[in-house]
Amino acid sequence: MTLLYTEVEEELRAAVRDLLAAKCSPAAVLGSVESGAPYDADLWKALARDVGAAGLLIPEELGGAASHEGGASAREAAVVLEELGRAVAPVPYLSSAVLATQALLTAGGDVAEELLTRLAAGEATAALAVSFAASPYALPSPAATLGEDGTVTGTVTGVIGAEAADVLLVPVRLPGSGRQGTGLCAVETSPAGREAVRVTPVTSLDLTRPIATVSFGSAPARVVATTDGPTDSTRAPWVREALTRGAGLLASEQLGVAEWCLTTTVAYVKERRQFARPVGSFQAVKHRLADLWLEVAGARAAARNAAARLAEASTAGPLGDEAVAVAVAVAVAQAHCGAVAVRAAEECVQLHGGIGMTWEHPAHLYLKRAKADQIALGTPGDHREALAGPAGLPAPA
Amino acid sequence: MTWDEAAVAEHARAFLAEHDPAAMDRLEFLRARFDAGLAWVHFPEGLGGLGASRDLQAVADRELKGTPDNQPGRIGIGLGMAAPTILAFGTEEQKRRFLRPLWTGEEVWCQLFSEPGAGSDLATLATRAVREGDEWVVDGQKVWTSSAHTARWAILVARTDPDVPKHRGLTYFVCDMHAPGVEVRPLRQITGEAEFNEVFLTGVRLPDALRLGEVGDGWRVAQTTLMNERVAIGGTPSRRTMMGVVAETWRSRPELRTHDLHQRLLRLWVDSEVMRLTAVRLREQLAAGHPGPEGSGMKLAFARLHQELSGLEVELLREDGLAYDDWTFRRPDKVDFVGREAGYRYLRAKGNSIEGGTSEILRNIIAERVLGLPAEPRADKDVAWKDLPR
Ligand SMILES: Cc1cc2nc3c(=O)[nH]c(=O)nc-3n(C[C@H](O)[C@H](O)[C@H](O)COP(=O)(O)OP(=O)(O)OC[C@H]3O[C@@H](n4cnc5c(N)ncnc54)[C@H](O)[C@@H]3O)c2cc1C
Repeated sequence: MTLLYTEVEEELRAAVRDLLAAKCSPAAVLGSVESGAPYDADLWKALARDVGAAGLLIPEELGGAASHEGGASAREAAVVLEELGRAVAPVPYLSSAVLATQALLTAGGDVAEELLTRLAAGEATAALAVSFAASPYALPSPAATLGEDGTVTGTVTGVIGAEAADVLLVPVRLPGSGRQGTGLCAVETSPAGREAVRVTPVTSLDLTRPIATVSFGSAPARVVATTDGPTDSTRAPWVREALTRGAGLLASEQLGVAEWCLTTTVAYVKERRQFARPVGSFQAVKHRLADLWLEVAGARAAARNAAARLAEASTAGPLGDEAVAVAVAVAVAQAHCGAVAVRAAEECVQLHGGIGMTWEHPAHLYLKRAKADQIALGTPGDHREALAGPAGLPAPA
Repeated sequence: MTWDEAAVAEHARAFLAEHDPAAMDRLEFLRARFDAGLAWVHFPEGLGGLGASRDLQAVADRELKGTPDNQPGRIGIGLGMAAPTILAFGTEEQKRRFLRPLWTGEEVWCQLFSEPGAGSDLATLATRAVREGDEWVVDGQKVWTSSAHTARWAILVARTDPDVPKHRGLTYFVCDMHAPGVEVRPLRQITGEAEFNEVFLTGVRLPDALRLGEVGDGWRVAQTTLMNERVAIGGTPSRRTMMGVVAETWRSRPELRTHDLHQRLLRLWVDSEVMRLTAVRLREQLAAGHPGPEGSGMKLAFARLHQELSGLEVELLREDGLAYDDWTFRRPDKVDFVGREAGYRYLRAKGNSIEGGTSEILRNIIAERVLGLPAEPRADKDVAWKDLPR
């Protein structure tokens, strides 16, 4: 296991970066945000299909690139997320190629495989209908119900990537009086019609990855997987695995956000002059940036560690023996990177002065992404608390 | 030959088969280990190493675990600072004379850099070295000199040319701490003991053979020492960590736990883990031949973490935190940041952001050398040292 980037990973990074440089400049992102269409469909198609980023976590047998013999893994997906974070790219990568994909990989079965094949090929985009604010340590109960007629009804709030999704994966309570159990259902958005599936955009803090409320009204659905037991969904591993692994990979996006903020700010303070010298020559500014650099160096080590641990853990099933090492790596990465991205974006605004407060300058896109990411998939505090057990630091009685 | 993990392990096992530490004198064992190239495997053959990659040292250490060690806490300055500098700038004769007893711990080293008037601004130092034939005559005062009272040798920077700007007139020497005119006086620290000293140099005569590097090139040589010092303080993994010590206290004293302390402790646990991972990544980069700039940051992170953890422990202890183990004025022969009791650790950790370059200076270095931000204004750059305002 290495915390460095392999040559293959660097090649992938270069491909993603070239694409983003061509199609996803800060001005373009701001334009797309204002157009009212939250996701850039062309960019997503190029990333998912042409670069092949959609299938990095999906096994080769299903048309993806993942395999245990030198194929892709969470490490590569993490590199893609770093670049997407660096560009605050408005694409449903995290929601479809990470969260929804991971839920399907964990659920397994024929329906999941059919869907994964479509996702890997970039023919379809999916979203997991679970709040982006859900923590892997306090899983929400399913907000929707599977009816006896096989349709899904219910409302889920705080969902990312739903506007771009052809398929919504919905955790559900199972039908039948007195029967306990939860399931994962797949609802196709286009044939279902407007009445059956309604995606209502919410005016969101993060302009480049807005949330939406998703309502299902007797929506035709296919059952992906079910499990017996209490409806608290702790027994349903697909949501837990998606959120845990998603949180581990989100750290790489946060690293990308932080790196852009640091690099951009350093470049700006070298240029901007006040008192007849560059503002970057003032020690108060230099020291803040030195501290930030150190935190970003730590974020890189922690994010790489999470990605490497996730890559070593089997991609499909629930986390096995490696569970503790993976859980620690994920929680450490989230606890650190979540805060570093916010701090980097806040320093970026502050050290740009007035221009940093403008709509025109892209700094706010990063601040909004960083702040939303801090809440997503467990706050830094949630992740720290989860470490009490593995670290052997029990809470007061 | 090129050494890999298996070859180093094999070599270490073969060495152990021939040298039974239970049947040998401790020093004889250490000398033999040095001669077998298992002291520091990345050093050249014949000088305690194998010319192998630095990360293979862990393999040698693992194989030789449980055998007598060279008590690194006693000889930290020799190992971390003098040795790499001698290796980089010493003559063959100097390397052969000094490295072996340095590593075995037979000869302790200290660092005669800081002076009353020159700390962060080391290059402004005033200790003079004047050439007389084949000798140099040294006069001046050094301060904060750790382990000067146990040292046989010192690394010394002195001014040999006051007529040029400060960085250019320096020369680097090995100082004989037993030479006439060297006087060491203890300086009591906030911990109660005197780990460091002031050292008065009065007419000390050093043969030119003790010069390290060219005359006037002392600043460049000193940079090698300082870089290695920062890595030695911040970057080397140690068996016992401050986090481990505080965690032990937390586990053994459940009645002292509060929610506030728990939150803060978990935060510091994450910080320790992030620092550990950063160090792992740095070592990987070094091993791959791409030393990353993370090195300059490690000591900064280390100092902050040590200070916060040790401060938290004293607070956690409540009434026990009001007590202190011992204020006796002693001159210890080794340094252990995580030794003794919580109060000592808290006070000793204060030095971590001062020794080996203050945290402010390290931030300047990161800002300028890593981020490429403009250098601090330097009024003294082109002025002869002797004309600087004092
Ligand atoms: C425990 C301990 C052991 C030591 N052991 C040794 C030893 O063995 N050998 C040896 O030679 N030295 C040793 N030192 C000395 C150490 O290297 C110096 O103390 C250190 O370099 C700071 O110098 P100073 O004490 O003169 O402080 P100053 O340089 O006077 O600094 C005072 C304050 O000003 C700040 N400051 C200074 N310049 C700047 C700047 N440009 N920008 C911003 N802030 C600045 C500093 O950060 C500090 O906070 C030791 C020190 C300690 C505490």
